[in-house]
Amino acid sequence: MKRSLFGRFWPNATAVFLVLVFIFPVYWMFSTAFKKTTDIVTDTPVWFPTNPTTQHFKTAINADNFWSFVGNSLTVTLLAVIFSLMIALAASFALARMRFKGRRGFIIGFMVAQMAPWEVMVIAIYFIVRDADMLNSLVPLTLFYMVMILPFTLLTLRGFVAAVPKELEEAAMVDGCTRRQAFIKVILPLLAPGLMSTSMFGFITAWNEFPMVLVLNKQVEYQTLPVWLAGFQSVFGNDWGATMAASTLFAIPVLLLFLYLQRRAVGGLSDGAVKG
Amino acid sequence: MTVQTERAPSGPAEASEPPVKGKGRPSAPRKAGDFVPYLLLLPAVAATLVFLGWPLVNNAILSFQNLNMRQLIQRLTEWNGIDNYRDILTGPDFWRVTGRSIVFAGVNVLLIMVLGTLVGLLLARIGKKMRVTLMVALVLAWAMPVVASSTVYQWLFAQRFGVINWVLVQLGFEGMASHNWFGTQFSTFFVVTLLIVWQSIPFVALSLYAATTTIPKELYEAAALDGANAWRSFTSVTMPFLRPFLYATTFLEIIWVFKAFVQVYTINAGGPDRLTEILPVYAYIEGIGNQHYGMGSAIAMLTIVIMLLLTAYYLRIVLKQEEDQR
Repeated sequence: MKRSLFGRFWPNATAVFLVLVFIFPVYWMFSTAFKKTTDIVTDTPVWFPTNPTTQHFKTAINADNFWSFVGNSLTVTLLAVIFSLMIALAASFALARMRFKGRRGFIIGFMVAQMAPWEVMVIAIYFIVRDADMLNSLVPLTLFYMVMILPFTLLTLRGFVAAVPKELEEAAMVDGCTRRQAFIKVILPLLAPGLMSTSMFGFITAWNEFPMVLVLNKQVEYQTLPVWLAGFQSVFGNDWGATMAASTLFAIPVLLLFLYLQRRAVGGLSDGAVKG
Repeated sequence: MTVQTERAPSGPAEASEPPVKGKGRPSAPRKAGDFVPYLLLLPAVAATLVFLGWPLVNNAILSFQNLNMRQLIQRLTEWNGIDNYRDILTGPDFWRVTGRSIVFAGVNVLLIMVLGTLVGLLLARIGKKMRVTLMVALVLAWAMPVVASSTVYQWLFAQRFGVINWVLVQLGFEGMASHNWFGTQFSTFFVVTLLIVWQSIPFVALSLYAATTTIPKELYEAAALDGANAWRSFTSVTMPFLRPFLYATTFLEIIWVFKAFVQVYTINAGGPDRLTEILPVYAYIEGIGNQHYGMGSAIAMLTIVIMLLLTAYYLRIVLKQEEDQR
């Protein structure tokens, strides 16, 4: 009796508590975004938006340049992800499927690159971009983000490529496909889930990047959503409803992606880990 | 886990590798197809060298210059040798910030690893419905964009109408009504730590849970036959199995927390009175904020050296793991 109580009750009670701890801040963001201002500035918190309003979302969307921030963020992020996928796919194929001199060196090199402290290099990057006369542009951002997410993309994809049985490819080639056709017709479809979860992590990194935009693009029309969100409070002061609505708008695409791909994401992380 | 398939009798450019111990070197290129892998790697390597290598080199170059607002505007290059480094290393600020960064990273990583491991082990112990619910909660916290979660934490800990102060007052801490969480160094760090730990536990917990599912059941059965109690089978079966994973993850977390620029900067911009600046934030505020670009680059350089040492150590662990797996 005592044993079963201990074995059942405490783990579940702890789990319930943890669910609350991890969900609450996310819930608080959503619920605040939908509450009337009179329900936000109360001495006793209102736990649920009983008469919801979309007022705060309107405030956020009508903020100056909102759509240009959204457009910039989407452009830079999607292009960076697509470019890095293309480059990484070729490289990961070589690293997963071929033997050549220096293979291990390349892998270690990309593992080091994955740890690069981009946050600390903004000063140097600023001077490079200034000397190239590319300040206030989306081009440098796209290129730097591409390289920022490249090592992770490449190393993760390598795990997925290696997991595709070689026999499939060989069978296709026996049937008269060239190597390239075999790749496009046989391997690529099998890699689709891997490509999705890998690009999701790349997407999140680029979507969140913030110091570089701050330094390179002083002009508002070239800035992205994280900068908008971080500066939102200075503009809207203590309008917590609007700030939470803005945070929600910024977080939604990522949260949806993550939930949709979560099973694969966790598996993909461990699959794409270090394998020789 | 990748499974090395057998060699095909007559494959094109060879893929699978026979397990080689230590420094097995494939033979030198012989036929025309042998440059194919290098060709495939070229775009990735070139892009990385240009956009990562060049900023690193440029950072080193700038760190030996006297480069402030005036030199920036007039586009002057004034070399000042190792002055920046001498000033930094002999002054008190850098060492104070470095010490602070180390303590900050240490506390965060300790909390992340201990709590993350416990949550991971809990995931393995609860029923399926509960597990899925908790996993979804963890994934939500994990997926929150950092700028958004920083903003949410500011709201949770807001001086007026913040839900945390209200809860504390309800629990009987009357003094916490309208408490300013961002007024002191310790209190700001407390909130930043809470934010970082909250967002980092999911990765550790979910990966660890995934790792525990790969432990063969036979090992536990054998341990039970030998009369091991729950604690004993945990220390002699579970822990040895997870140890390499825990080592590697710990270092990964150290590197991540050390780079936690966005959280610190968005929560309180390194304030109050620059007391919560960690190294990357310090380099940024000195360099960009106070326009001492040369100095900022030198601080960045020193930070990069520290990070490289950490990274090297991490790689050693990971590569050693890989050797053992073969």
